Amino acid sequence: MADPVFTPEEQKQFDTRLAEILTRYPADRKSAAMLPVLRMLQEIKGWCPPDALRMVAEKLEVKAERAYEVASFYVMFHTTKPGKYVVDVCTNLSCSLRGAETLLVHLEKKLGLRAGEGNEQFLLREAECLASCHTGPCLQINEDHHENLDSREKVDALFASLS
Amino acid sequence: MTVAPAPAVQTVISTAWGQKDSHLLSEYRAKRGGYTRLQRVLGMEPSAIIDEVKKSNLRGRGGAGFPTGLKWSFVPKDNPKPRYLAVNGDEAEPGTFKDRYILENEPHLMLEGIGIACKAIGAHKAYVYLRGEFKFQAQRVQAAIEEAYEAGIFGPRAMGTDFALDVYLVRGAGAYICGEETGLIESIEGKKGWPRLKPPFPAVAGLFGCPTVVNNVETLASLPPIFENGAEWFAKLGTEKSGGTRLICLSGSVNRPGVYEVSMDTTILQVIHDQKYGQGMPAGRKVKAVIPGGSSAPVLTADELDVALEFEALKVKQTMAGSGGVIVMDDSTCMVRCLWRVTRFYAEESCGQCTPCREGMPWMAGLIRKIEEGRGEPEDLDILMNVAASIAPFPPIGLGNTICALGDAGALPVQSFVQKFRSEFEAHINEKRCPHGDHPWGHFGDWA
Ligand SMILES: Cc1cc2nc3c(=O)[nH]c(=O)nc-3n(C[C@H](O)[C@H](O)[C@H](O)COP(=O)(O)O)c2cc1C
Ligand code: SF4
Ligand code: FES
Repeated sequence: MADPVFTPEEQKQFDTRLAEILTRYPADRKSAAMLPVLRMLQEIKGWCPPDALRMVAEKLEVKAERAYEVASFYVMFHTTKPGKYVVDVCTNLSCSLRGAETLLVHLEKKLGLRAGEGNEQFLLREAECLASCHTGPCLQINEDHHENLDSREKVDALFASLS
Repeated sequence: MTVAPAPAVQTVISTAWGQKDSHLLSEYRAKRGGYTRLQRVLGMEPSAIIDEVKKSNLRGRGGAGFPTGLKWSFVPKDNPKPRYLAVNGDEAEPGTFKDRYILENEPHLMLEGIGIACKAIGAHKAYVYLRGEFKFQAQRVQAAIEEAYEAGIFGPRAMGTDFALDVYLVRGAGAYICGEETGLIESIEGKKGWPRLKPPFPAVAGLFGCPTVVNNVETLASLPPIFENGAEWFAKLGTEKSGGTRLICLSGSVNRPGVYEVSMDTTILQVIHDQKYGQGMPAGRKVKAVIPGGSSAPVLTADELDVALEFEALKVKQTMAGSGGVIVMDDSTCMVRCLWRVTRFYAEESCGQCTPCREGMPWMAGLIRKIEEGRGEPEDLDILMNVAASIAPFPPIGLGNTICALGDAGALPVQSFVQKFRSEFEAHINEKRCPHGDHPWGHFGDWA
């Protein structure tokens, strides 16, 4: 038999939170809970493993393909296991006007990764506008927002603070 | 350069920003008359509420500038299905960062507006959709929703009346297209954000197939002040066809970027140069171009900037007020590189449903990149314009060959950049390099 998706504690947490999420939607529209449930799954597991996606689909009474389709459509859901830190660097116009491209090149060298690549520790990506154009360049590390990264020193200090 | 001072502004939305604890219900009630307007509106006839909003000349702040009262009046009165309000807090149009200020500083202003809108259209449920990257903002909104429930403002008997009102937070997960109103609805329904073919419009068949109004965060936040001071007051603050004030998001090459609430007759030049706002250009730099309403809005040249940042005035200039994102480019900037950044975004974010958009956007982005890197051929500019025309055949109006307006949003910038800065594109092709420097992947923008 395949390994269970969750440990018993994780399963309990998942079920409790699922029940709460479902109260927000009409009873015959369970599948509407897909985004919050995938987010919750990712908070528990760090990504959206295939077995877990199948289980989510079952709970929301849709085909497994639907769960996978949604998980792969949105960039914040990971259908392959990312490194410990997901680094999303905004390189849209306003941030690029303030040096985001140079920041990205610096990070590529520093992490030994090209944008779009990852390893055990980091997944480095170019992100689209993060609604922080006045405080660019900016980036997010695992959904934590960091702005005004206008020098190598600031970026280096930020990455030095990661464990 | 000398620019007349910007007109004075009576703030409608940003009054409490930066004040201590302005996000708390207690402060909102003590200092801002919080929820007294909703209390009054809950006792009004829906038709009277809609009339008041029509009189205020409030226009949608999400991008299209559609009159809010009129949009509400499209909800059929005889449809027995439940109705919904969907709040658009996707804030993903490049250059836009205003709604987050409302969410961070005074979420209750939006929540009170949600209550007013729900009563007007007869909706008992509202879903507040925030872009997935808004973590802090989502915490703020969730906490405010909980405060409102605890205080009996929301719930089965909203503010002690027999009107039931439930408000839920939904978080996106990183997809620009979910800001398009039907993409937003699909996403709230738990699907990938593929926009729907219209008609039917959401007012008739939207969320879960039921009548739905989609409104932007800033639009809704404008409602409590309208019902506080009256529709005439709000209308008078603005111009003939647009009531109120506007939040402008100033970014790019300017001394003091930020969000500013401005009077509708404030010009782009004033926003850039006025001491209250942008405080001018960095030393030694001049304005070369400005995108006036988020990156979908056609670009303006330096001598087209004496124009009010308002829906009608910008339409005359064949561009749009859009989401209020004003992006300033200075004379050291390569316009080909800028356009590549803009177009690459639409190529990445196309949902892939319509062939012209799915195929055309990456094709255009590739051509622009090729020109920028000095590999462009003389015929590339014509090909580029042809591809743009196949997506948006009637510039500068939208209504192109695609299901949603993302097609136009991606094609109109290409058309405007090439028309207005053609010689720069040609110089790249003729000189077989970027005249601005040692690209590719050299210096672009200041970074220490
Ligand atoms: C591709 C695309 C993206 C959009 N993104 C947003 C957005 O992030 N936020 C927003 O409020 N409106 C966005 N809109 C506009 C919405 O479709 C819709 O017009 C708006 O939310 C209506 O609210 P309003 O009438 O209050 O402006 C977008 C439109 C398109 C075509
Ligand atoms: S225009 Fe583009 S984004 Fe809009 S529905 Fe068509 S393919 Fe999708
Ligand atoms: S362009 Fe980077 S946050 Fe908007």
